[in-house]
Amino acid sequence: MSKITLKDLSHSYLKLQSKDEDWAIRNVNIDWQDGGAYALLGPSGCGKTTLLNIISGLITPTRGKILFNDQDITSKNPVERNIAQIFQFPVIYDTMTVFENLAFPLRNRKIPDEEINKKVNEIAEMLELTPTLQNRASGLTADGKQKISLGRGLARSDVNVIMFDEPLTVIDPHLKWILRSKLKELHQRIKRTMIYVTHDQTEALTFADQVVVMHEGQIVQTGTPVELFEKPKHTFVGHFIGSPGMNILPCKINNGSVIVDDTKIENFNSKISNQNFSKIELGIRPEFISFNDDGLPVKIINVSNTGKNNIVETESKTGKIKLITKASEKIPEGSAFLNFKKEYTYVYGDNWIVE
Amino acid sequence: MNKTVNQKAWFFVIPVFVLVAFNAIIPLMTVVNYAFQETFGNNQFMWEGTRWFKQILVSERFHAALGRQVLFTLIILAIQIPLGIFIALNMPKEGIGVPICLVLMSMPLLIPWNVVGAMWNIFALPDIGFLGHSLNAIGFDYNFTQQSGDAWFTTILMDVWHWTSLVVLLSYAGLRSIQPAYYQAAEIDGATRWAVFRHIELPKMKKVLTIAILLRFMDSFMIYTEPFVLTGGGPGNATAFLSIDLVKMALGQFDLGPAAAMSLIYFFIVLTVCWVFYNLMMRNESQS
Repeated sequence: MSKITLKDLSHSYLKLQSKDEDWAIRNVNIDWQDGGAYALLGPSGCGKTTLLNIISGLITPTRGKILFNDQDITSKNPVERNIAQIFQFPVIYDTMTVFENLAFPLRNRKIPDEEINKKVNEIAEMLELTPTLQNRASGLTADGKQKISLGRGLARSDVNVIMFDEPLTVIDPHLKWILRSKLKELHQRIKRTMIYVTHDQTEALTFADQVVVMHEGQIVQTGTPVELFEKPKHTFVGHFIGSPGMNILPCKINNGSVIVDDTKIENFNSKISNQNFSKIELGIRPEFISFNDDGLPVKIINVSNTGKNNIVETESKTGKIKLITKASEKIPEGSAFLNFKKEYTYVYGDNWIVE
Repeated sequence: MNKTVNQKAWFFVIPVFVLVAFNAIIPLMTVVNYAFQETFGNNQFMWEGTRWFKQILVSERFHAALGRQVLFTLIILAIQIPLGIFIALNMPKEGIGVPICLVLMSMPLLIPWNVVGAMWNIFALPDIGFLGHSLNAIGFDYNFTQQSGDAWFTTILMDVWHWTSLVVLLSYAGLRSIQPAYYQAAEIDGATRWAVFRHIELPKMKKVLTIAILLRFMDSFMIYTEPFVLTGGGPGNATAFLSIDLVKMALGQFDLGPAAAMSLIYFFIVLTVCWVFYNLMMRNESQS
């Protein structure tokens, strides 16, 4: 049970680093509060697993510190850190029974037998593994095996954090949902810090109270699912979360107002002063765009129906813009004007939000 | 399922049948022929029934050779399997060391049997050989051509040198196929080095080790060329393993009938042991 702090953390798998791309993790600073359910979200190769392995102690970071309850544990090994980690592929000890598998981390720590029995039975009950306790673990299905991995993590009652590294990858889709709700339920029951790594936004948003989005080795935003949706701090977050993602349009700044295609766009910031960006863009989610009599002129090029909604693809002079309308709403033909909801329209300078 | 009956399909089997006939069935049947008959040359044969088999099975000479053979194979397996696993565990897992070790390990395997025998013969000669001379120089009374203990020691050392690499390479391949997550999970679970070996590495190596034990059993049980060149079965009959004794009987004394019967018994032993061992391993596999 503890608060985990990552301080100025950077890691590179290379011996010599010359450019930004040489770093797998770049300058990460974050606090994980005790008992929180966090998701670490990002595409493959963004450094999520590296960050996780640094927290668990499987990798020593090139630079920076890891603190558990403000104590520096950067040089400690995984056993001393007392953490649990569940991997992408179920790790079970083939030669042991389910019971022995669950008892293994406890036996290694020389815990008395009665206590082990009690604990293992409790965990097995929680994960619905009781009927198979005396079976050989290698005979179980993939989700059964992953439950064992999970159980080994949960068996120790004093772990500082339980980390999941894309644990549902090899699980059948219909079981994924069950296991995911099981995890959520477990979190509420045992109130331990959990960090869940995934590249699947649905998994992240359903599991976590706080989602940490990673992109190219950096943390680009930490927030609740709603915050990430309504106010992305980085164009990557806008793009990665939501379906379809945020519309990102190149724009110009003229006397503090934002201009797209000669049309002035009202936005979240009434006045933009700083113009020292090499790239300046406007971001707006398809959900917050509507048709209007006046506004940004576009041509309608495609409409796809998703049942409840229509996704309308339009084209302005500077690029394509997608918007979502209710299926019942009439879509104008040919050309139309778009209206952006002012409070959800953001300006991004060099990909970061301008505030 | 209604299968089409088409006897013409047998024609497709003919090429394989011919091939197998020439490389296995006909030579084997010749041996069977000799095993049940007596011949004095000129293609004259007399039926002897099971006489040669009975003779071999009660012969002290055969018992002694079989005993030496079993002892030799057991020693070979007891040394090479653990040693091979131990070396594989300690081989580098990445970097320039990997190809260097692999090439070094493969080298003994690439040397022809009789060359290995000749090499070790010269290497171990007590007067001029490096090994023999050195052992004598530091005070051991070593002479593999005179003392049976030394002959055994040299033969076993030679075989260990020649074949441990096979076990190493197979074990190494087995070890490399283990996902890193297993080691990471074990580290987090607080497993000792021994527990990692016992519960992760050994079970994951089981299949390749089955193959390694089978191959090493068959090869060492049928060993001929290397001890033949090294010791010629001597001193006396000290290193006359089954195959060496068999050749002595067949080509030295020209006792073709008993030799053929002995070949068949020999063949039957190898076949039975392999079959039993393989089935035991596979039965465990299906249980788990």
